[in-house]
Amino acid sequence: MTDSSNQKFLIVRREDFSDVTFLLEISHPMMARAAKPGQFVIVMSHAEGERIPLTIADFDRERGTITLVIQAVGKTTLEMQRNCQVGTALYGLAGPMGIPSHLSDAKKVVCVGGGLGVAPVYPQARAWKESGAYVIGVLGFRNKDLLFWEDKFRAICDELIICTDDGSAGIRGFVTDGIKLALEKHPDIEEVVAIGPPVMMKACAEATRPSGVKTMVSLNPIMVDGTGMCGGCRVKVGETVKFACVDGPDFDGHQVDFDDLMIRLRRYKEEEQVAKERWSETCRMRGIGSEAVSVN
Amino acid sequence: MAKKRTVRSIPQERTPVRELDPVVRAANFEEVNCGYTEPEAILESTRCLFCPEPKCIDGCPVNIDIPGFILKIGEKDFRGAYDVITGTNLLPAVCGRVCPQENQCEGVCVVGETLIPVAIGRLERFVGDLAIKNSWVNRPYIEPTKFRIGIVGSGPAGMACAADMAKAGCDVTVYEAFHEPGGVLRYGIPDFRLPNSIVDAEIEKLEELGVKFECNTLVGRLFTIEQMISELGFHAVFIGTGAGYPTMLGIPGDSLNGVLSANELLTRCNLMKARDFPNVDTPLPLGKHVVVVGAGNTAMDALRVSKRLGAKTVTCIYRRSKAEAPARAEEVHHAEQEGIDFHWLSNPVEIIDDGEGSVCAVRCVRMELGEPDDSGRRRPVPVPGSEFEIETDQVVFAIGTNANPIIGQTSKLRLNKRGYIATDDDLMTSMAGVFAGGDIVTGAATVIEAMGAGRKAARGIKAYLGIRDTGPIERDEAIFGISSREHNFVRVRAA
Ligand SMILES: Cc1cc2nc3c(=O)[nH]c(=O)nc-3n(C[C@H](O)[C@H](O)[C@H](O)COP(=O)(O)OP(=O)(O)OC[C@H]3O[C@@H](n4cnc5c(N)ncnc54)[C@H](O)[C@@H]3O)c2cc1C
Ligand SMILES: Cc1cc2nc3c(=O)[nH]c(=O)nc-3n(C[C@H](O)[C@H](O)[C@H](O)COP(=O)(O)OP(=O)(O)OC[C@H]3O[C@@H](n4cnc5c(N)ncnc54)[C@H](O)[C@@H]3O)c2cc1C
Ligand code: SF4
Ligand code: SF4
Ligand code: FES
Repeated sequence: MTDSSNQKFLIVRREDFSDVTFLLEISHPMMARAAKPGQFVIVMSHAEGERIPLTIADFDRERGTITLVIQAVGKTTLEMQRNCQVGTALYGLAGPMGIPSHLSDAKKVVCVGGGLGVAPVYPQARAWKESGAYVIGVLGFRNKDLLFWEDKFRAICDELIICTDDGSAGIRGFVTDGIKLALEKHPDIEEVVAIGPPVMMKACAEATRPSGVKTMVSLNPIMVDGTGMCGGCRVKVGETVKFACVDGPDFDGHQVDFDDLMIRLRRYKEEEQVAKERWSETCRMRGIGSEAVSVN
Repeated sequence: MAKKRTVRSIPQERTPVRELDPVVRAANFEEVNCGYTEPEAILESTRCLFCPEPKCIDGCPVNIDIPGFILKIGEKDFRGAYDVITGTNLLPAVCGRVCPQENQCEGVCVVGETLIPVAIGRLERFVGDLAIKNSWVNRPYIEPTKFRIGIVGSGPAGMACAADMAKAGCDVTVYEAFHEPGGVLRYGIPDFRLPNSIVDAEIEKLEELGVKFECNTLVGRLFTIEQMISELGFHAVFIGTGAGYPTMLGIPGDSLNGVLSANELLTRCNLMKARDFPNVDTPLPLGKHVVVVGAGNTAMDALRVSKRLGAKTVTCIYRRSKAEAPARAEEVHHAEQEGIDFHWLSNPVEIIDDGEGSVCAVRCVRMELGEPDDSGRRRPVPVPGSEFEIETDQVVFAIGTNANPIIGQTSKLRLNKRGYIATDDDLMTSMAGVFAGGDIVTGAATVIEAMGAGRKAARGIKAYLGIRDTGPIERDEAIFGISSREHNFVRVRAA
């Protein structure tokens, strides 16, 4: 059978930020050249695997690599956390997908990343910095152990506000508190970009709605093909239905129906649970270290 | 042929084909239609009148010499029959299975004026399957040119164009966004109608011709059509990216959980093999009471897949009557045999929420047929006060597709009003050297029409590059004393 055996999506670097979050740098010179902020890839880690979307958190045109930052939440990502080591290869990697983030000519912007959203907001923050905008970074984590890429953001942000739920780093509070701080200090902020879990993006959109500052969010519905063919990724934006993979993933946060998105993300809850339990069970039976599976 | 055949002298009944028992097959993904055996094929071949002006040839979108290959079957020269078919159709095993023959070749067969028409599709499939079983390939003598051709999309349109360009001596690369090639043949049409092994076999034949497949490649985003010409060194490009983009129902409740497109259901089931979940990772929502909206081939596939996945009830809702159903007649018939409920002349008006974001019922209205509309079919109009509800936990919509937007978003190619790629009569787009065909040009059509478009574009590309084919010449070659007939395509390049 024909497969992509002539292609090798080799993992060249891995970094573990915490026991749930890890980074993979993958060799794909052509994609490194094509990738733009806001785009994502679809990964298949092995032939029986699921196709999962992951944001391109960084790309290095010279090294010919793209970087993914992944949170182990279910079967596929837990398995990747265990198996994706330097020197191994992914079975499938397609992209860059989605419409690149529109880099407006705003002069002062806030880039908000919550948890894992910190990674995907990075390329956009950097692009704005390169275009000469004043960039305020707002990064939120549950606690200081989960914090990553502070240095990377320091290097490109004019101001950086770190928020943790327990106050173990930066200010104590949510990213919405960070946004409020920034908006109070800088009435001339023209645009906010927020990437993170849907609840967080919803809260950010609510936080900026009174002031009417344009707020872009990057949506993450469940996807299959990523090419506009299945309609699984449809989201409600204003009065219309959009396919996040080809019409997005960036949308105007003030228009997005987040409740609909959150309900739709629960679509395969039972199946996800079955897959995860089976995976944990297999690991236990094979006597594989529990650090990768104990994340519940 | 001894005596001239007439409608009176031929077997009056069409030779039946063995099919799996409906009860057994509704629980598995085995192919339903078992295909003709050799004696059955020979018997059916005697029903062809070898008309002096065979209408069937005009009915076939690629004009296969139908009496020609049927004659060879009658003579038991099956290899000869294969050579006749593959003179025009690259994929007999596929088309014999999935063509809507009743609207094409068989629909105009002269025998059909008084009896059931000759089973052209089944005969074609018989030959195609034999070719796969015996690994027949008509590998032509190919004289390489320096031309490189890039094909975007590995569906039937792309496959057909790739084959012709490879035979013309070009270096052909097919780019496919998915991790496996085949287009709808792979992700859409289920195994019980078209086993994946057939698609594999056809792809292998292309590889033997030297065609290279690069999967995981989303053209437009990884590189653009313009870059294929300007940077990647392709002398010509063919775009066969299919229709994709499913049309939404556009009624209240269509984003509820449990409401999905047939494309999603079928892709999960066929390409991602989700029917084996949790042995594979991709989940598939299993409805107990499934409702499918639409009555085309896609809808029939969704209905029958749902049945096989174990749904207790499977219901089809279609706003027109059975006579207007766009699906192949055989599929509707098979679906009925397998216990699918059909609600003809009904239309969904609302999908009802169970209170937690999932579907629990669909409200429909009965329709009646009014005046003919633009398509010439009688327009269905709702009957006031005829609303009724069907309880369901899964609603699948299969009501058509729109153009896939990616190539349009990423290139300067001219599109038509509906977003499909605009081409001239030779299928060249607004960009020199860039051709397009199949569903992305015509909107959703059929496998054989897509293939025909791929071949037509190949002719256009050859004309554009100045490649001239002569007809095939047949040679008898004896290798180690075994005679094998080879077709050699001699290609002459114009100055
Ligand atoms: C455009 C896009 C970009 C994304 N970028 C990243 C990224 O950079 N890093 C990353 O770690 N994840 C990202 N995701 C989410 C990632 O695709 C999911 O976490 C992954 O599919 C989960 O697979 P699983 O089998 O491990 O978990 P599952 O068992 O499928 O799910 C486990 C849990 O994760 C939730 N989940 C499932 N799918 C998604 C999804 N698509 N989005 C959000 N939550 C989901 C489920 O509701 C469930 O609670 C992105 C998603 C999209 C659509
Ligand atoms: C479920 C279903 C059942 C059907 N049943 C029948 C039937 O019984 N008989 C019949 O005659 N017809 C049937 N059809 C219709 C028939 O399959 C299509 O008309 C035909 O496949 C169109 O061929 P194509 O080559 O134009 O496109 P497709 O087969 O759609 O192939 C297009 C390919 O291009 C790829 N692609 C898209 N965009 C890109 C990109 N940007 N870069 C790289 N690759 C890309 C896609 O992933 C896909 O593999 C059916 C269709 C469906 C969906
Ligand atoms: S390709 Fe289709 S239409 Fe043509 S002869 Fe074969 S079955 Fe009939
Ligand atoms: S029209 Fe029918 S009977 Fe006549 S040649 Fe064609 S298949 Fe044979
Ligand atoms: S993921 Fe299938 S249409 Fe977007």
